[in-house]
Amino acid sequence: MGNVLQLLLAGLATGAIYALAAAGFALLWQTARTINFAQGEFVMLPAFFVLAGTEWLGLPLGLAILLALVLALLVLGLLFKRAIVDPLLPQGVLPVVIATIAVGILLKESVKEFYSAEAQPFPSLVAGGTLHLAGAVLSLQDIAVLLVAGLAILAMQLFLTRTRLGRMMQATAQNPEVALVLGIPTRRMVLYTFLLNAALVTLASILISPVYLAKFDNGETLGLIAFIAAIVGGFNQIRGAIAGGFLVGVVDNFGAAYLSSDYRTGILLLLLIAVILLRPHGLWGRAEERTV
Amino acid sequence: MRRRELLSAIALLALAAPSLQAAETVRIADVIELSGNGATVGNMWKNAVEMAVEEINAAGGILGRSIEITHFDTQSNPGVSRAAVQKALDLDPYVVLGPIYSSSTKVNMQLTRQAGVPQIVGSEASVITEMGNPFIFRTSLSQAASMPKLANYIRDGIGAKSVAVLWVNNDFGRGGRDAFVAEMEKRGIKVVADISSEVGQSDFAADVVKIKQAAPDAAFVYLHEEESARFLREARKQGLDVPLIGETTLLNQKVIELAGEAANGVRGHVGLSADAPLPSIAAFRDKFVARYDTTPDHNAIKGYLAVYTVKEITERIGGFDRKAFADALHCTTITLEQEPGILIETSWDDKGDVDRVSFLAEVVDGKQKIVDTLPPLGVTCN
Repeated sequence: MGNVLQLLLAGLATGAIYALAAAGFALLWQTARTINFAQGEFVMLPAFFVLAGTEWLGLPLGLAILLALVLALLVLGLLFKRAIVDPLLPQGVLPVVIATIAVGILLKESVKEFYSAEAQPFPSLVAGGTLHLAGAVLSLQDIAVLLVAGLAILAMQLFLTRTRLGRMMQATAQNPEVALVLGIPTRRMVLYTFLLNAALVTLASILISPVYLAKFDNGETLGLIAFIAAIVGGFNQIRGAIAGGFLVGVVDNFGAAYLSSDYRTGILLLLLIAVILLRPHGLWGRAEERTV
Repeated sequence: MRRRELLSAIALLALAAPSLQAAETVRIADVIELSGNGATVGNMWKNAVEMAVEEINAAGGILGRSIEITHFDTQSNPGVSRAAVQKALDLDPYVVLGPIYSSSTKVNMQLTRQAGVPQIVGSEASVITEMGNPFIFRTSLSQAASMPKLANYIRDGIGAKSVAVLWVNNDFGRGGRDAFVAEMEKRGIKVVADISSEVGQSDFAADVVKIKQAAPDAAFVYLHEEESARFLREARKQGLDVPLIGETTLLNQKVIELAGEAANGVRGHVGLSADAPLPSIAAFRDKFVARYDTTPDHNAIKGYLAVYTVKEITERIGGFDRKAFADALHCTTITLEQEPGILIETSWDDKGDVDRVSFLAEVVDGKQKIVDTLPPLGVTCN
């Protein structure tokens, strides 16, 4: 029982990070018809912004994280939208998809070239330690990750559903033409979505790097798993993508522990295939609907 | 007329210049993991190789010829490593150095064998020297040599009656796991969990829980450096309370740096260590730190002594004959008196396997501490 609880917590903590990245996938798809195959590299990069801040500029960790957030908003939000998505989107979805693959390679190789090809230790925001509960030894770091990511997801959901700005973004996602007629500045709403995605990946990066270490190729696995999570949960529903993230995190851990650690990625891919076959719009998605 | 003769002479000289230059150098190719999962270990090796080459060149080279070193990146990928060795052989090198990853060595060593070029590798999988290749040589102990020493330590030092084994599922990990399990069986120690993991694996939560479930007296961790660090961080995170035992890849300096305080308490056997209680190793360590501002690991020592092995053996045979080099490096010993750059007296057997003293170590306060020195096993030559 103790081990099950422990696996569940570890799975939910990792799943919460996948959920942040998967939510970003869904956000960009809903508002800008952009499938961002560089999402994994987007999660990888902010950790290096933080390391550059602490090691090159000598900033304290808090300031370095703030700097990383600003840089991520500028590079992964504003610049990505203006330089890649805006010019290519009128050509259709496929050119954007290919361009995001290229962006992913560019980011990965740039970090390798200008920072390091080697894994880097990354400071943890939470001190280590364990909590003994019902026969399980629970990691305080896992609990903190789950709390922080969970609060961020909750705040995002409240923002999207309870604020005027969030509802304007919803309207832009559901029907941009009508939203424009109603006086919603849709272009700005789309930009906000990109900025929100940049903030999500920054948080994911800061939460995952202390355990995974910061490395230029971390995005390969993260991007794949976040993409699977978004599809499994429902690409056209932020809530679906978030639930998909948690589900994938838990399935991955339980699959590796009780079925096979050799085929842990295979287990996720089987889940993906089953969902595509049985419920193509995802477990929590809805057919023919666009909403954030 | 005189002007035309002068121009002809200059043109001839220009044409002859490259061959004159070539006559003064000896080309060595270094095929190594500069990116991918093995970048951590490969860059240590490469930096030490560069350092040794510069030292030798500054002291007059090998038999008066400067070493011209060219590095090739295997990207830690066996397929790419094979292409890299082919590319290296196109340069007609005297010797090929590297790679470290056993999976890569296994697929590219046939190329150097066919070309008759000696290859000095950092790989440890037993299988590498069991294929009858007369051109392959190690720089570190093979798994077959180090696992008995480690098994004795687990039985006598730890007093374990049961162990869990966590290994990386490639040639290196599988070879180590097989050799370790065989040694455990010989000593009557029960393997209660046998867990494989993937190269580049990031999440070790499930593996830690599996070890906890098995409740062994000790856990043997046989992963590459980055994965070792990730595992140690996860083990610390989940409060895994089992002695963690490993080989050089668990106790090396890079793992300690990456894992931070999670590495404290890790114990095991190391074939080579920058913390070895030997003046030659200490001097090397100081030079390396002064030059690169980082502590060398065992891969750096391997790369450094590989270059000095080339120097010593070449000087022994008195020329740059690859076949004679390979013959001379079998069943031989290089002592510190003969070549100080070898850092630690090393012998090679008739298969290219290495034998030398090795060490028991543990990580204390973020530093590897050598607690005992184990004697060589003794070289066998038929």
